[in-house]
Amino acid sequence: MSEDKNPPVPEEEIKEDFDTRLRHARGLGGEPNQSGAVLPEDGKGKAMRIGTELISAVAVGGVIGFVIDTWLETKPWFLIGFLLLGNTAGLWNIYRISNSQGYTVGFGRGNRSENHEENRDNTKGD
Amino acid sequence: MAESHSPMEQFEIKTWIPIQIGDFNASFTNSSAFMILAVIAATALMVFAVRPRAGVPGRWQLLAELCYQFIAKMVSDNIGKEGRPYFPFIFTIFVFVLFGNFIGMLPYSFTFTSHIAVTLTMALVIFVLVTVIAFIKHGFHFFSFFLPAGVPIVLSPLMIAIEVISYFTRPLSLSIRLFANMMAGHTLLKVVGGFVVPLGIFGVVPVAGLVAVTGLEFLIAFLQAYIFTILTCIYINDAINLH
Repeated sequence: MSEDKNPPVPEEEIKEDFDTRLRHARGLGGEPNQSGAVLPEDGKGKAMRIGTELISAVAVGGVIGFVIDTWLETKPWFLIGFLLLGNTAGLWNIYRISNSQGYTVGFGRGNRSENHEENRDNTKGD
Repeated sequence: MAESHSPMEQFEIKTWIPIQIGDFNASFTNSSAFMILAVIAATALMVFAVRPRAGVPGRWQLLAELCYQFIAKMVSDNIGKEGRPYFPFIFTIFVFVLFGNFIGMLPYSFTFTSHIAVTLTMALVIFVLVTVIAFIKHGFHFFSFFLPAGVPIVLSPLMIAIEVISYFTRPLSLSIRLFANMMAGHTLLKVVGGFVVPLGIFGVVPVAGLVAVTGLEFLIAFLQAYIFTILTCIYINDAINLH
């Protein structure tokens, strides 16, 4: 169809161009983010996560401690230690969730989350 | 009570066709039946609803397209362009969980997402997949995941232990959230439902409550599918864009 009028354009380019236009048309605008997760998350989603986060972290810590204990026959020291660590991990996760630092492991993204806040405000204005 | 209906009775696994392979019990149960039903219903929606390929979609086609766009947007928001190859996987998970939750809302049906065996299996598949993707994309650089930048050396053993635990927490919290919400909701419905007849005329009160709780359950059915899917997106994003 368009071949008649236009000089042949590599297929990739057409597709690329179409994708950009489509994104703009849908109001998704610009490149998708490359770093940690941004999501316009509502309170409900957050609230649903927090309870299980704490419980499962303690459970995972307990299981790891128990396995090491049975393996090295050092009951109950690793169990106690890892339960505490699991507790810390759970609280740490909740802290990260409630600070909107995303769901990610690690806190290198903490600084970037400020940018996310800005982005989010911008998108809200739209 | 003449017939003792336990609120937990609805979660009972009933063997429909016993199949025994060696020591492995591979029976066809009500759980498997409803999983197949969910798959068939989802496939039917996607195949037949889009069949007319109308420029102006009808109701069913719109439903299918909304579903598709919802996940497509979720993937592009949370993962970006590299998320494309994982779209089918994410979409499948979403539709499977969503249909499982919604089919469970029908009377006399079975909610397979209310069993931790089911949800934990799905979560473990996601967990293993994410870890494998991370290893393929980043090799041993993957382990930098567990030592966040800027941590003092003295604290690093503690931080690594905490981060490893919180990494392994993922499949567990993912599965517990879904199964606990579904099971709690359905148990609550049964318990409140059990008050209706014994209270006689005052049974109106629990009925009103039931109506409200049923509405809430529909919200939760969707919300849990949404959370399960968005967390999958986020984990895949973590694996692709490590730091």
